[in-house]
Amino acid sequence: MSETQNKRRWWVLFAPLVVFAGLVVFLLKGLGSDPTRLESVLIDQPVPKFEAVDLFNTDKVYSEEVLKQGPLLMNVWATWCPTCRAEHEFLNQLSAQGIPIVGLNYKDDSRAKAIDWLNTLGDPYTVNLYDPEGNVAFEFGVYGAPETYFIDANGTIRYRHVGDVNERNWNNKLQQIYQQLQQEAAQ
Amino acid sequence: MNRWLLCMGALLLSFSAALLAQQVTYDGHEFDNEQQRRTYEALIKELRCPKCQNQNIADSNAPLAEDMRERAYQMVMAGQSKQQVIDYMVARYGNFAHYKPPFNAFTAVLWLAPLVIALAGIIIALRLSRKRSQPVALSDEEQRELAQLKERSKHD
Repeated sequence: MSETQNKRRWWVLFAPLVVFAGLVVFLLKGLGSDPTRLESVLIDQPVPKFEAVDLFNTDKVYSEEVLKQGPLLMNVWATWCPTCRAEHEFLNQLSAQGIPIVGLNYKDDSRAKAIDWLNTLGDPYTVNLYDPEGNVAFEFGVYGAPETYFIDANGTIRYRHVGDVNERNWNNKLQQIYQQLQQEAAQ
Repeated sequence: MNRWLLCMGALLLSFSAALLAQQVTYDGHEFDNEQQRRTYEALIKELRCPKCQNQNIADSNAPLAEDMRERAYQMVMAGQSKQQVIDYMVARYGNFAHYKPPFNAFTAVLWLAPLVIALAGIIIALRLSRKRSQPVALSDEEQRELAQLKERSKHD
């Protein structure tokens, strides 16, 4: 048997193993990722246009301009959302540290319930947007609550966090993102 | 006789009125014509619920799917085309929200992989069958060995 033929035989023998190893890596990666987490398509896009009234005073109307005074966070919440309750105390802490958070009350059961929630649990929000029909949230591609958007000083959406904000993920990742936006604004 | 004619006339009139109005109801929504209804039906079957795992917005009861159906209905009634509605949804929820993703650098693997795998399979199958049909050629050394074996079997 010739040398080249021999080489080819080895190749044929090991090709399935190589393919198998590739598949293992690919599938293991899929196993570790959470299929309920979606990338936002609005990353690096300016905040979408919208109009929303104030949660406490429905005569007061806000536009997307309210999100262009960043860097800031926009937190999507509702009283029907248990995870929002879980993160609320931590949002209070962030607010106490001076981090501006705009609240978007998303399709809540009633305005009274939402106001009651803020009065009893504390209000970490600099502005409270009221979105009973979910129209504002639709513009942001919100698909659940809570979601937290990181918006830079130019009003560009830079990051979306799905799920609760807590001490662990804030320290591990989110704080860094926020500080990055602050540094950019300072330059 | 006269009364009978009158009756028929009234019946005919109501029939044609119904035909002219052409109001269609589907999925709890009223449409001005069949074309609008068809566009809406195609949309809710083709758009994917972002909150769900592999469900279109027609099949999902998720509140977000409801919102998307409502939005699709309003846009269709406002005279928007199917593609305009799809673009609108994709701009907010990404390609995830559409069951027919576009062909681009990011999705190329998705579209081409089945074709490549099928082609590779055909090539391998062809090669294997060709190899099998080739007559086995013996090297000089093997020929000599064969001759020896034949010789030996003759003596036994």
